[in-house]
Amino acid sequence: MIPLDHVIGLSALLFAIGVLGVLVRRNLLIVMMSIELMLNAANLALVAFNRMAPGSAGAPAFDGQVFVLMVITVAAAEVAVGLGILITLFRNRDSVDIEEVRLLRW
Amino acid sequence: MTAPLVFFYVFAFLALLGAAGTVANVRNPVAAAMSLVVTMVALAGVYVLLEAHLVAVFQIMVYAGAIVVLFLFVVMLLDLRSDDLRPTRQRLLRILALPVVALLASVLWRLRADSTPPPPLPEGFGGYRALGLALYGDYVLLVELASLLLLAAIVGAMILAQRKAD
Amino acid sequence: MTAVVVKSVFILLVVVGALAPVITWIERKQSAVMQDRIGANRADIAGITILGLLHPLADVFKLLSKEDVVPTGANRFMHLLSPVLTAVPAIIAFAVIPFGGVYVFGESRISLVVADLDWGLLYIFAIGSIAAYGTVLAGWSSNSNWAILGSLRASAQMISYEVTLGLSVVGVFMVFETLRLTDMALAQDATFPVLTNVTALFGLSIPDWLAVVSLPRWGIFLQPLGFVMFLAAIMAENRRAPFDLPEGESEIIAGYHIEYSGMRFGLFYMSEFIEVVVIAGIMTTVFLGGWSVPYLSQATIIGGVGSVFGSGFATGFCLLVHFATFMLKLLFMIWLQMAIRWTLPRFRYDQVMDLCWKVLLPLSIANIFVTGLVLLVLGERT
Repeated sequence: MIPLDHVIGLSALLFAIGVLGVLVRRNLLIVMMSIELMLNAANLALVAFNRMAPGSAGAPAFDGQVFVLMVITVAAAEVAVGLGILITLFRNRDSVDIEEVRLLRW
Repeated sequence: MTAPLVFFYVFAFLALLGAAGTVANVRNPVAAAMSLVVTMVALAGVYVLLEAHLVAVFQIMVYAGAIVVLFLFVVMLLDLRSDDLRPTRQRLLRILALPVVALLASVLWRLRADSTPPPPLPEGFGGYRALGLALYGDYVLLVELASLLLLAAIVGAMILAQRKAD
Repeated sequence: MTAVVVKSVFILLVVVGALAPVITWIERKQSAVMQDRIGANRADIAGITILGLLHPLADVFKLLSKEDVVPTGANRFMHLLSPVLTAVPAIIAFAVIPFGGVYVFGESRISLVVADLDWGLLYIFAIGSIAAYGTVLAGWSSNSNWAILGSLRASAQMISYEVTLGLSVVGVFMVFETLRLTDMALAQDATFPVLTNVTALFGLSIPDWLAVVSLPRWGIFLQPLGFVMFLAAIMAENRRAPFDLPEGESEIIAGYHIEYSGMRFGLFYMSEFIEVVVIAGIMTTVFLGGWSVPYLSQATIIGGVGSVFGSGFATGFCLLVHFATFMLKLLFMIWLQMAIRWTLPRFRYDQVMDLCWKVLLPLSIANIFVTGLVLLVLGERT
């Protein structure tokens, strides 16, 4: 019913938009949102592939969906810590521009 | 053109629109966050169409309902404004745009091929019973590790967000 | 498909359109009775006041005729979006609440629920998570200090209590072994021998004449702590007093909806009362046995009436009885929420957060442990 190719194409497009956001935007918050977009694109691919390989009646395979639950968990943890870093950055430099954080750059 | 297929294309279009809104919204971080919510809810709809019901509910409960609310909370707390794309970024965009679009087009061009019909689903696929049995049966170690990771993240975030006692 | 449309129209017209305004009248009159005054009773049509039942209608006219103010510097789109984002989740939460069971009339099956989702209870939690957005955005988009304060408090409160909301109902989930709300209500259509179960936990036995004492198998009797915790969490989620700090009327002058007037405020006002009905519906289905009459299961009613009047009439009669029972329990839960609101003073913000993280969270986890232990022991003994 739902063609797998189109779902993977959607996932690829979302991932590309996420990468574009990470590369181009200066606001750290938007960069983190773009990272979430990339994670969502990966989740979509995992769920789609799991749909195509669901196992049989006696031995169903849920690897993709379990993986997606773990990715959601990891994303939640990463957002929590990332926002903590963002708040600390804001407190020290009064801006969340990633161009301000270049002390260690060459 | 069955109803699920129409729904899938609607959700896909909404997801792409929301993603573009997140990345392209230069003036307003709150609008970017709300576009992200649109993307996530649309993706939850796609998950339901792919028979992954529990994952869809978790996507809305955790991702759209908690993570993006955290983003909004931080935006409100710090009163974050927007940024403008600097000239170097604009040049980067213009240089990268054409190759990226060409690459994507070459990928998507191949999607015009026919797709195989999906295999039949076992009983209870994507439901909470089967997924719960899998999580606490085969993947119980993964669940324990995830809880440890979350504990570490909680402690880390609390320490990071504390104000130093002066 | 037509059944779904008919049921949705019923919910929109009767529950949202008629019941929610009546709830505002109940709130005014109940608070008046509790505070020993008369309440609002002056709205009339040609001199006829019906005990103040015309006040909801007067409210609607008043709100519709007010000027639609958007403050300067506010984000106009978000300002318009926030009441919608508050009202829509409240209304669509009705999709999984069962107003009755399944009734077979010869060829056709009628079920009084719009969407019988396998994961119905999780749907309610997901909708509750989305409902946080209206509140969060309303304050930010108003470009006002009081509004931002209210929004910050509201967002922290709502996402904190979502955790307790989920955990406090895991005990019920363990006992009934289903998340489908119709099955959960159906599982409560029986009785359980309470004294036998309690004494079997400790390995004792009681005489036969005591063993027949039975209670209906309702969630509130099987999970009393879960009932209290869930009620607290879901009232906090709805920003209902005593948790109405985000709209603390005496502190921050209406908090996050301070810059809203006219029908935009009307949507906030209405959605709070729709959520009262939603909460009552969920509590009824999960803890008070849904549509089931205590001690009279569906088969008993249909069999008893059917032997006198015939089975078609009996099924229709049973449908009406179940619907009326559900409405009665709904009204009881609405009364309970109003009574709690007009009795308890408002919490302070740190008290709200302490209650969630230091009291309700450990208690709900302890509830899960104890429930599991009891189920294990009872499963081995009986």
